[in-house]
Amino acid sequence: MKEKAIKEVSLGIAETLKIKKKLAKEVSIAIADAVAQCKVDVISAYPITPQTHIVEHLAELVNNGELDAEYIPVESEHAAMSACIGASATGARTFTATSSQGLLFMYEVLFIASALRLPIVMVIANRSISAPISIWNDHSDIMTMRDSGWIQVFAENGQEAVDLIYHSYKIAEKALLPVAINIDGFILTHVVEPIEFLDQDLIDQYIPPIKMKYKLDPKKPISIGAIGVPEIYTEAKKAQDEALNASYKIIINAWKEFEKLTGKKYQPIESYRMEDAEVALIIMGSLAETAMNAVDFLREKGEKVGLLRFRLWRPFPLKDFIKAIGKVKAIGVIDRAVSHGATGGPVGIEVRSALYQSNKRPKIVNLIAGLSGRDVTVEDFITLFERTQQAIKKKPKFSYEIYGVKE
Amino acid sequence: MAKDEGLISWKKLAPGMAILIPGNSAEFKTGDWRAFRPVLDKEKCIKCGLCYVFCPDLCYKKDEEGYYICNLYYCKGCGICAKNCPRKAITMVLEEEV
Repeated sequence: MKEKAIKEVSLGIAETLKIKKKLAKEVSIAIADAVAQCKVDVISAYPITPQTHIVEHLAELVNNGELDAEYIPVESEHAAMSACIGASATGARTFTATSSQGLLFMYEVLFIASALRLPIVMVIANRSISAPISIWNDHSDIMTMRDSGWIQVFAENGQEAVDLIYHSYKIAEKALLPVAINIDGFILTHVVEPIEFLDQDLIDQYIPPIKMKYKLDPKKPISIGAIGVPEIYTEAKKAQDEALNASYKIIINAWKEFEKLTGKKYQPIESYRMEDAEVALIIMGSLAETAMNAVDFLREKGEKVGLLRFRLWRPFPLKDFIKAIGKVKAIGVIDRAVSHGATGGPVGIEVRSALYQSNKRPKIVNLIAGLSGRDVTVEDFITLFERTQQAIKKKPKFSYEIYGVKE
Repeated sequence: MAKDEGLISWKKLAPGMAILIPGNSAEFKTGDWRAFRPVLDKEKCIKCGLCYVFCPDLCYKKDEEGYYICNLYYCKGCGICAKNCPRKAITMVLEEEV
């Protein structure tokens, strides 16, 4: 009797899964599968924790003949990005992934990828940077490249990471700019989630074959990476800056088209229970899910709190941000990285600067939390909300503070 | 700051500042970088062509008489030709004193 019931239930679950086409997968594996679905031509990568599973699975797919792509096992991340640049310049669809020290090792080439306007897609499994050496999650790695000219997005969960892969190829190849997809190391990369993949025909419809107007082609030679003498460098940088700002519309359009195809809505900033919020927290990445629980808890107690999450970090969605904060009296910006000696964490600095573009003047509390995988629990978020609430009446002593330090 | 130092409008640049005309660096005048100009004394010159060999900018070209003549549109005035001339036939002269 009991066995029969279990069987029926599990059949029921299987049926539901089938209908929704959801598969239980480790997020890293799911990301690799999504990259394969996008029919990449060249993958060039070097393993580094916690990103390794992504490129390992891609290597498997290529080796098994399931993915028709060149897999370049390079000797370093500097070479990984360089190979992507070379491949992308010939008009190939490219992919790489890295973390932490690996991202720092490819640092100088990151700027070249964006300045040469190459549509490379990279996943960064966000991890803290050395020293002290640490493999755990925070956003110190990505924040070092915020000025690099890459389009930068942050996923909250595995499903979003997979969807962002689909979006990124569409966006990158239209904007002619590289895209960095940030996912929290371990918290997302190593978690098994039910993931809904798009059907291949839908992807082929959404992402047409790559077509670059200017590429390295012996039949029609061009030069890239030429010297920028003082008489041209300024103009080159202006053109690049305009291109990144103009990519905003391309991103929005790509998300709108995705919504039409799938019914899933993506926008630059996610607002949670912000309708009449007086106190809001801002956070990026997977911790937002924990923060939402804190919002629910406080809302039940009658507190007017809400949450904002930046999905799009570069180009910075200034107008969306000003609109999203509504009439909040205080904002707690939760940074996941330290900008040593600055006036705040990277997000805190950005938010304060953005507010100066408007007449809104909510109080700002900038707290750095969750460094190197330190847990930030629902209780912590409640405390962070309280701290932000207090700022309405009493100005914080410091322009930023590292939260949860043992004195 | 000097006004309008830019070579071309940013709007006219190809994406990534790609150069669409192959070999157009030949149009780029590097001669105005020069402080010293190589001046050849044909009396001393033995037409050995070492200046032609050593010039890092390929400025030298053989004329009808067999002398190697420097193209001042490109010559940056590095002085390598003068240094390598076995007969000291090339002298570097300050531009203002030519």
